[in-house]
Amino acid sequence: MTELLIPLHYDYMLRAIWVSALIGGVCGFLSSFVTLKGWSLMGDALSHAVVPGVSIAYILGLPFALGAFVAGLLAAAAMAFIRAKSRIREDATIGIVFTAWFALGLLLISLFPARVDLKVIILGNILGISDPDITQVISISAVTLLVLGLKWKDLMLFCFDPNQARTLGLRAGMLHVILLSLLAATAIAALQAVGACLVVAMLVTPGATAYLLTDRFGKMLWLSSAMGAGTSLAGAYASYYFNGATGGCIVTLQTLLFLTAFIFAPKHGMLAAKRRLRLQSAP
Amino acid sequence: MTAPSPSLDVEGVSVAYPNGHLALHDATFHLGSGTICALVGVNGSGKSTLFKSIMGFVNPTSGSVRISGLPVRAVLKQHLVAYVPQAEEVDWQFPVSVWDVAMMGRYGAMNFLRIPRAVDKAKVEESLKRVSMWEFRDRQIGELSGGQKKRVFLARALAQGGRVILLDEPFTGVDVKTEEAIIALLRELRDTGAIILVSTHNLGSVPEFCDQVVLINRTVLAYGPTAEIFTEANLTATFGGVLRQFQFDQSTIQDHDGRTIRVLTDDERPLVFGKGGHLEYKDRREHAELLEQRSVTDD
Repeated sequence: MTELLIPLHYDYMLRAIWVSALIGGVCGFLSSFVTLKGWSLMGDALSHAVVPGVSIAYILGLPFALGAFVAGLLAAAAMAFIRAKSRIREDATIGIVFTAWFALGLLLISLFPARVDLKVIILGNILGISDPDITQVISISAVTLLVLGLKWKDLMLFCFDPNQARTLGLRAGMLHVILLSLLAATAIAALQAVGACLVVAMLVTPGATAYLLTDRFGKMLWLSSAMGAGTSLAGAYASYYFNGATGGCIVTLQTLLFLTAFIFAPKHGMLAAKRRLRLQSAP
Repeated sequence: MTAPSPSLDVEGVSVAYPNGHLALHDATFHLGSGTICALVGVNGSGKSTLFKSIMGFVNPTSGSVRISGLPVRAVLKQHLVAYVPQAEEVDWQFPVSVWDVAMMGRYGAMNFLRIPRAVDKAKVEESLKRVSMWEFRDRQIGELSGGQKKRVFLARALAQGGRVILLDEPFTGVDVKTEEAIIALLRELRDTGAIILVSTHNLGSVPEFCDQVVLINRTVLAYGPTAEIFTEANLTATFGGVLRQFQFDQSTIQDHDGRTIRVLTDDERPLVFGKGGHLEYKDRREHAELLEQRSVTDD
């Protein structure tokens, strides 16, 4: 029993566990909106597009979250601009822009190697997270949770039927920008825990899993947040014993939950669908 | 408090999209309160663009849309414009119930946090009961039939208290009974002074329930009372080569009574001319019932 408490005796493990849980919960909350809005690819794009911002911020001595946030929003604006001004489809636009931003980031990191550790950006380093970085994560999480908590119904309407939002006089353009900004900010927070490569899992998998488990949006929000926080907490904790990458542990746990829901979800799982088919074809 | 009686004035509206495409040119028509008006035209004729300009989603490059004499943006803040979308526009797998969708009509009237008050709940209940969807209130919207889905969105427009109601292809994928129920409801709303603008391909049902018609092909070709405007000549001009025409006379109909019948269709329900005007709704309903009986006998 006492062996199970060993990770909790280390300060760096305790910090990693609670910061991961916080990031996981916030990403999980947002993931319900991301999956229903069809922005999964956008989440992936933003998490890679923040890299040059991180490099430039380090070079200029600015807070890295600020650089990452600006780079993320510039990437989103570039995507919207190309989409509006050309016949190129959205998936190709996202592909072009985020790889361009990521390439610029790699270039900057290779030109100024001492300033930024590429491995930290790509794979995250929650075990070695610094106090200023924790403050950033807390600030991003607080703002995101506050905005989502106050405006989740407006954002739900925007995801479901933006035209209805407009006819009610709600500012759909503003809601779009709010959701996109929260996505960029949360991607930056998640970067700390799991790195750029795995951020998209934190922003999609809990929402997708919750979507298989319920037909109510409010319940989906609770489920995705709880799954995000729970898997991140357990993943960070388990990484002590596996001596494995924290990001890998967290995302593997999330994937296991998703697979369980995919097969066993009472209404939308694979087995339930088979059962329905059998009942329908029965004489 | 009595519901306001609106007017809709579309004056010389042109809309060009950023890619240079001129979707609508110098469109003009006027509707008074208590009107059901059909918006008829081929795909790509500018019907959607006209809807978008009435809802304030696109700004006309010239001309103006005014509702009760006010610019659209001012009217949107009063939540007087309601929209019933086409089935294809809706994500039917979205995790919301019938109740949730109808409640979305009330968001504009609620506080910052969109917490429903007793009056909001009462309005939603009344609206769902009015379209006979109250007992389905806990169902996820994707679990409903085509007609039921339409009724839920109509309930949302009712709950909103829209006085200018725009319906995009309301009869597509809807059974005859639901169509009749929707038409009955639209007539009730018209009688309270609302303006109802229905974009439809369903030419056959237009004379049944629309008082006015707007014919559109990149511009408004004609508008006015259905009996005057919904003529063969105008429809042929509106649809060009898209409209199919069939003519039946003694050479094609057995036991023919000497009159020539012409059928115009764009592959939805056909519009039938034959007795010096449009065939009466009653005649066509009897025909539909006859076909239904035959199909039951065939089974």
